[in-house]
Amino acid sequence: MTGTETFSAGAFPIVIVGHVDHGKSTLIGRLLNDTGSLPDGKAEELRQVSQRRGGPVEWSFALDSLQLERDQAITIDSTQIWFTSAARRYVIIDAPGHGEFLRNMITGAAQAEAAVIVVDAVQGLTDQTKRHAYLLHLLGVTKVILAVNKMDKVAFDEKVYARLKAESQSHLGSLGLALVHAVPIAAREGDNLAQRSPRMPWWHGPTLIEALDALPRRRVAADQPFRLAVQDVYRDGEERIVVGRIEAGRLRIGDAVRFWPTGRTARIKSFQGWSAATPILGAAAPQSVAFTLDDDLFVERGHVAAEPERGPRLSAVVRVRVFWLGQGPLAVGRSLTLRVGTAVTPVRVTAIHRVLDVADLAFADSSAVATNDIAEISLSAATPLTFDLFRDHDALGRGVLIDGQDVVAGCVIDADDAATAAHVGPGSGAVIWLAGLSGAGKTTLAAGLRRELAGRGVHAVVLDGDVLRRGLNADLGFSPLDRAENLRRAAELAKLLAADGAVVIAALISPTAADRRRVREIVGAGFHEVFVNADLATCEARDVKGLYAKARAGEVGEFTGVSGAWEPPTAPDLELNTALDPVETCVRRLTAYVESRVLLARATISPDPARAVG
Amino acid sequence: MHDLDLLESRSVYILREAFSKLRPLAMLWSLGKDSNVMIWLAKKAFLGKVPFPVMHLDTGLEFPETYAFRERYAREWQLDLIADPCPPIEAVDQSLPPDARLAARKSLGVTQAVARYGLKGLIAGIRRDEQATRAKERVFSPRGAGNTWNFRAQPPEFWDMFAADVPPGAHVRVHPLLHWTEIDIWRYIKREGIPLVPLYFAKDGERFRSLGEIGITRPIKSAAASVDDIIAELKTTRAAERAGRTMDHESEDAFERLRTSGYL
Repeated sequence: MTGTETFSAGAFPIVIVGHVDHGKSTLIGRLLNDTGSLPDGKAEELRQVSQRRGGPVEWSFALDSLQLERDQAITIDSTQIWFTSAARRYVIIDAPGHGEFLRNMITGAAQAEAAVIVVDAVQGLTDQTKRHAYLLHLLGVTKVILAVNKMDKVAFDEKVYARLKAESQSHLGSLGLALVHAVPIAAREGDNLAQRSPRMPWWHGPTLIEALDALPRRRVAADQPFRLAVQDVYRDGEERIVVGRIEAGRLRIGDAVRFWPTGRTARIKSFQGWSAATPILGAAAPQSVAFTLDDDLFVERGHVAAEPERGPRLSAVVRVRVFWLGQGPLAVGRSLTLRVGTAVTPVRVTAIHRVLDVADLAFADSSAVATNDIAEISLSAATPLTFDLFRDHDALGRGVLIDGQDVVAGCVIDADDAATAAHVGPGSGAVIWLAGLSGAGKTTLAAGLRRELAGRGVHAVVLDGDVLRRGLNADLGFSPLDRAENLRRAAELAKLLAADGAVVIAALISPTAADRRRVREIVGAGFHEVFVNADLATCEARDVKGLYAKARAGEVGEFTGVSGAWEPPTAPDLELNTALDPVETCVRRLTAYVESRVLLARATISPDPARAVG
Repeated sequence: MHDLDLLESRSVYILREAFSKLRPLAMLWSLGKDSNVMIWLAKKAFLGKVPFPVMHLDTGLEFPETYAFRERYAREWQLDLIADPCPPIEAVDQSLPPDARLAARKSLGVTQAVARYGLKGLIAGIRRDEQATRAKERVFSPRGAGNTWNFRAQPPEFWDMFAADVPPGAHVRVHPLLHWTEIDIWRYIKREGIPLVPLYFAKDGERFRSLGEIGITRPIKSAAASVDDIIAELKTTRAAERAGRTMDHESEDAFERLRTSGYL
């Protein structure tokens, strides 16, 4: 396979939008009729009902209410309507009117590949039409057909059509929407829907159906950089299997992938599947996949797998365009949860830059966003977000905002918003977890690192195991359960402090691999495991606290390395050997590590000179 | 990419979202064609084994062929099968029409099962093209504490970023087949070779197009005796899939009432 590939078959999803009175439902009803998609007897029934009422046929009755559409046929319902042209199958994702219109329209339009915007020839583009068009643009629906409806009301005047087309073209063009076709129609009588209208002999363009049939299917660019939002990690025996959907690009066995925000890289070892005819060697967007890695990395839901050299962005502050569906206004200071890909991150609204005035598409300064408004705002998170810019890649360039249990907004990410970053307090914190035997030098190195960081203006907190045991964990002993609880509390505390922007230096023995994996899982992003290594003999010789002597005498039960388990870290992020190197060297190396892995990353996030560190 | 692969891929994504976000989780297995496709997709999503219980709401009124199918494939597919009996007909809303009352035993059965097992998520194989009220569904559809569905006030749902958090006492119905159509289901059954209850295939000029309980499901006139025949038949028919489900048609709003009170 080369270049791009086109999806085959499947119903082509379209959405029909427009002002509520411009004839959307009539258009849909008539389309169904003229393509032979209404069930037997339905058209006759509509004709009879209309005759009794003494008016023209009300095609919109075909789908106007739940009551009427019930039990009619498989083709009719009010949110998904199937019809078939000579060329292909369509599904109209319709949004019933009423109060929840916008919610439903967004839900529908987000699944559509193209849109038909219906405009009344008499009334022209209204604010509601413009709002819909703007939402289409935000939702990533770029192919648009304009249907200038009710041409019978303007005596089929070509000039009216031409004026509306020109007006719409310039408006939609300014939104980045491509007006693929414009068609003059009179939906009620079927003019230029499936059949060419004898009443508009001046029209030589396509009918609406022809215009729809000419739309190309969405292409997934296979040469886009690879992106996958990790959904989960399954365990099969010793094997860890990463699962998720390829959002862009492709993936083959042997490919190197890097995970964000951890920055770890590994190669694809194998794809896992069930009932596949042949072994899976590669996959492309939008396939759901399961794969193993050649390295036992820590990967979890929310991480992003991407091409190592063309990866996503990382920033704790983003500037987004939001369409706000929540009850009541959105104001600065509001706490919400942002979901991008599979990652959910608590965020705060730190600025409301502008609110869109749909009439002229101008943004006006405002301090609050009302329900159904579109606005540009800044969101700041305690930990860095992994994302793309919407204009580069849509899948990870957009998100939803969640308030408690409810989705209250959608947004597209426009910038990392470094300028705002300077004003929003602490950036992302980190946890430097020093593990090692008693007497290895953890406390000494922690103090040294804190001193160095303080000199660079960085707020650092030391969580020392001995200190914690005198206070926070004074109720705990040294049984395996109590030791685990000791570590859990320390990790939770470290996570809280890091979330507030602190660099946390934790100095705890953390004797087993399981212990260290658990604290890493609790802390999540920003966790760094440092192995403070010194062999047992050296530690015992130092015996600053006299504990080794007591342990050897049997006075201390389960003393790590003597009578208790000790599994030295096998793959720490950094290893320091205090038995071989002097303290100063170790502190220097530790500081350099934190500078490059934590502080520099922060500086990249926020390049404002005022926040540059080091 | 083939359109069946696209449908499959999205369903697998939905099932994995459910498994990741909703515990405890269970899947409804009606033993019909759609729910067999759903189990098949779950085996794909979870690499061979369905990692949560599969629940058959047993009214005791299934066809003998259906029970035989259940026994065979629960074993063959290594399913963790829960087949609790549904509450008796006396327990349901007596204002419903008679056949809807039979169906309401299942809604009550679902409500009780959700409470009994403390379920946070329940996967069901409904499709939008089956029935008008089902067409209004979301993929992740929150249900109130009383198992109720408020179709007028549904959450927005876009970009496959499903809202899976629900308040205590509530649960989420997950619909991995919502975007499939009847003919998609049959084409997938053909491609994957998914086994079915034999009642779907014509015998003596009749077959079941939609399979429910004895007494409230009627067969259709058909000569379609193979999956290929059925696909050919569906390409020309204009009759509704659930035309043989009597409780849908007893009164104007019977099915809608069933659904808002928890029916699938």
